[in-house]
Amino acid sequence: MLAKRIIPCLDVTGGRVVKGVHFVELTDAGDPVEAAIEYNKQGADELVFLDITASSDHRAIMRDLVQRTAEQVFIPLTVGGGIRTVDDVRLMLNSGADKVSVNSAAVNHPNLISEAAQRFGSQCVVLAVDAKKVPGEQRWEVFTYGGRFNTHLDVLDWVQKAVELGAGEILLTSMDADGTLDGYDCELTATVSDAVSVPVIASGGAGSAEHLYHVLKEGKADAVLAASIFHFGTLTVRQTKEFLKNNNIPVRL
Amino acid sequence: MSFIALIDYDMGNLLSVSKALESVGANLRIVRHPIEAEKADALILPGVGNFGDGMKHLNENHFVPFIKDWIAAEKPFLGICLGMQMLMESSEEAPDVEGLGIFPGKVVRFPSHSLKVPHIGWNTIDVQNNNPYFQELSQTPWFYFVHSYYVQPEDSTIIAAQTNYIVDFAAALSCGNLLATQFHPEKSQENGLNVLKHFIQRIQ
Repeated sequence: MLAKRIIPCLDVTGGRVVKGVHFVELTDAGDPVEAAIEYNKQGADELVFLDITASSDHRAIMRDLVQRTAEQVFIPLTVGGGIRTVDDVRLMLNSGADKVSVNSAAVNHPNLISEAAQRFGSQCVVLAVDAKKVPGEQRWEVFTYGGRFNTHLDVLDWVQKAVELGAGEILLTSMDADGTLDGYDCELTATVSDAVSVPVIASGGAGSAEHLYHVLKEGKADAVLAASIFHFGTLTVRQTKEFLKNNNIPVRL
Repeated sequence: MSFIALIDYDMGNLLSVSKALESVGANLRIVRHPIEAEKADALILPGVGNFGDGMKHLNENHFVPFIKDWIAAEKPFLGICLGMQMLMESSEEAPDVEGLGIFPGKVVRFPSHSLKVPHIGWNTIDVQNNNPYFQELSQTPWFYFVHSYYVQPEDSTIIAAQTNYIVDFAAALSCGNLLATQFHPEKSQENGLNVLKHFIQRIQ
């Protein structure tokens, strides 16, 4: 049976993990490669590196990180943040990334999705969407540039178009839930999951193993992304998976 | 010096395949033309992406007759994902394109279903008849898959492992010195490295 995927996300700037990762065993909590190796040991199903500054001089540092991780960690690796062109995609894939996530640049130039999918295959094109609920309405809008700019695009319209263009997965972040540790936005996730044929990775709001359970069950997510709960060391990936397994969610253990 | 030739035909990420093989002790050479692969002990055809594009690139780089002769001579061969699918005669993904035709049969798309297509993520395999490439696996052998199409060989005895997703499909084929996997051993952690290790051990 296909397992639901648990995916730790590492926010990186200038080659360092933002805020650091609080593992007792790590000698350098700020090194993304060490964190990746530790998450791999804990049983993470995939890893995401998100370059949160994504200036061009940081790009070379990111590629070096990806390459060093790919030499030691044999699970899928997604890289996102500041990917603007097909050439950016190619460089990340050549450095050892298996997938690349695109966000603002794909909204500005939807052809980025189709060109990358044609050139490298849909399996490596992840569409990242930052969604925010429209107050008083039963719909969500797409924000870009780290949530600073409202495109007024309807989330469902955008994800359906992106899948038609060749996006292989949707990484869906609820801006309303992100950072709250109060749980994922199950309503948003289920709505998007029902609307597209490709897998949906839920993101934003994870504070406990129960939250992961709810978004995989009621939210109909195929995978979950989480940062804080794993970084702070309150829960390991393995503990989370054991909880999910005990609650009849298929996981790789 | 003996080496394994990894075919670079611009289809997918060679780096993860090469790093995984090196981690289990393979002496690897990335080849872009058959001449560079002539003296190899084993040939590996990786690949992700579209069947039609894959065959086009193989043809352009003159690999099609070379691979056919190589497999006919029963030399060690490993095909991964698209590199497995292209062993068949044809694919629904590119109906006008001729495959390598090593095995009678075709590549078909997962039928429409409430489950998502592509099939992405970790799934378990059911190894057939104690296959030699699939020894020492963990109790539930999880492997990483990412694909929308799967192979349907006419001869079911070459199926080395099966997986269920919407339907039962061939997760791996093996026949003598040939191994082909729909999953990505290079992305399947210990289990995947184990399969690569057994492939290499059988060459030596």
